[in-house]
Amino acid sequence: MLRSLCATSSDKEFTIDLYQKMLRYRLFEERVNLAYTKQKFSGFCHLHIGQEAVCAGIGACLTKDDYVIASYRSHTQALNKGISPEQVFAELFGKASGCSAGKGGSMHMFSREHRFMGGHGIVGSQVPIATGIAFAIRYRQEKLVAICYLGDGAMNQGQIYEAFNMASLWKLPVIFVIENNQYGMGTDYHRVTSVSEFTSRAPGFNLPWRVIDGMNVLTVYQEFLPIITEVRAKMLPYLVEMKTYRYLGHSVSDPATYRSKEELSHYRQNDPLSQMADYLKGKGFAREDEFEQWDNDIRAEINAAEVRAEAAAAPDEASVDEHVFVD
Amino acid sequence: MSIKTFREALNEAMAEEMARDNSVFLMGEEVAQYDGAYKVSKGLLAKFGAERVIDTPISEAGFAGLGVGAAMAGLRPIIEMMTWNFAIQAFDQIINHAAKMCYMSGGQFNIPLVFRGPNGAAHMLGAQHSQNLDPLLVNVPGLKIVSVSTPADGKGLLKSAIRDNNPVIFFESEMMYGMKGEVPDGEYLIPLGVADIKRPGTEVTLLTWGKITHLALRAANQLANDENIDVEVIDLRSLVPLDEALIYASVRKTHRVVIVEENWPYASVGSHLAERIQWHCFDDLDAPIAKISQRAVPIPYADNLEHAALPQVEQVIAAVKAVCYR
Repeated sequence: MLRSLCATSSDKEFTIDLYQKMLRYRLFEERVNLAYTKQKFSGFCHLHIGQEAVCAGIGACLTKDDYVIASYRSHTQALNKGISPEQVFAELFGKASGCSAGKGGSMHMFSREHRFMGGHGIVGSQVPIATGIAFAIRYRQEKLVAICYLGDGAMNQGQIYEAFNMASLWKLPVIFVIENNQYGMGTDYHRVTSVSEFTSRAPGFNLPWRVIDGMNVLTVYQEFLPIITEVRAKMLPYLVEMKTYRYLGHSVSDPATYRSKEELSHYRQNDPLSQMADYLKGKGFAREDEFEQWDNDIRAEINAAEVRAEAAAAPDEASVDEHVFVD
Repeated sequence: MSIKTFREALNEAMAEEMARDNSVFLMGEEVAQYDGAYKVSKGLLAKFGAERVIDTPISEAGFAGLGVGAAMAGLRPIIEMMTWNFAIQAFDQIINHAAKMCYMSGGQFNIPLVFRGPNGAAHMLGAQHSQNLDPLLVNVPGLKIVSVSTPADGKGLLKSAIRDNNPVIFFESEMMYGMKGEVPDGEYLIPLGVADIKRPGTEVTLLTWGKITHLALRAANQLANDENIDVEVIDLRSLVPLDEALIYASVRKTHRVVIVEENWPYASVGSHLAERIQWHCFDDLDAPIAKISQRAVPIPYADNLEHAALPQVEQVIAAVKAVCYR
């Protein structure tokens, strides 16, 4: 059992760790954003800034053998599952040392070792795949869980409902986590969704469901832990909606002009890092200068990872033909 | 050797592999309690139980994706498509995921999975149930493609497909499930990527695969009897990987090629074969390569129209005579 699985919100070490994780994700994505704007790499690049509490909180509920699968917005989930910042950077830079050997890029981070089953670039497509991973867990009667992250945009994609039906029908241990950041690319989900709450669809699949404030990492952790415990014990699926918000555009090239400044500033006032910082200060777990120290340390660690990744070798050109098939 | 139907041979392949390896399971519409829409999975539910022989809802994209996920997590799924026409619903999972997962993960997640079911026209099923998807899928890197014509090949190749560590597209035909043929007794496997000379000959190489191999053989026999032309009929059996060596060896012997396919003509498998052969055997050819395809129309319903749309023996005979300048 991981220590975090019996941790509480009054546990100093545990709560500081949650804060530092979110800080690492924030600083990492900011650095990625900068690298992209400096044209150090190309392609599509979707950032998680503003949504850090979701995977930090859920990550604290997972064992290393649990599976995680995600969409194309998944740098921080890859980090959360244990892939190093250097490997993620190297993948972004298209280097041989990247977590997908330079064959995947921003949208396709993978690690068999860490059971990170990919970032997937087709909206919603990871949902049936997650269901298959959960099928394998049940097939082997393991005490494991598959976590499937999907965005609000995926909630109107047809194949996810086929997967919901099968997951529920066959009682597969998968938790579908909607990271509802309110916009599918530039479209407010209310404009394209026939119901006001996604979870109102859950009863139609006999899926247990819960809505969680995804801006507060302690809330995420405290409310997700009993869900995953139940899923693990009883082998059943769950639909969890995390209400969250992304501060930046859909991808780095999107200025996000489709939403108001007021809306953004409202969410920034509920920033997951600020909320947790206030909590740690209120509890007397950390002093002002310690926050500064963590910020400096993590920043230095991420910058160093970027430097190493940038200096790493590009894939051998001969590898273009490798991995189409295995023996 | 024993005489078995195609469906019995395929059934044996699955039963033997499921008995050999617990990680193999069969999933699809009607595969369990109904014994399969074409009875290919007859008796497997009783033999292996509902945990390993699984009836699905009518959700091709969903259960194809489930298969991909199960394969990523270490199982070896056999996903039956009631027909390949329905698998078009699942092309996102087949093309975007099954085919690419190994490559885009840098070799970390190979997908040992077989998608199998009947492909191509049967008889009077109409346009949406009569498609041949060979050209669409051979075009996608990362998929192995098998198309079988005899019970013996069906068994030996399906067993190899199940043991393969990559996604394998396995094409069968509704018209062949009842066809009988000699099947070797005991365990045997046929490796993927090895073509088979179904009729040795010296004057014309006839390349074909899948159900239409039988039509090609009828044409070859008729040509031997009526025209005294000795045709070598090669059943490719596996389109990816392709047995190029056997093809070129035959062409270098006969110097004439006719391709007979149940594909639409534009950018078909035959088009690729013709391109490869002209490149590798240009100086060996004594005539342009002929290609007999189905007509470029959705396959019609009416018996006579369907007959007109699909390749027929007479066309093959005419093509063989043409490349012989007769």
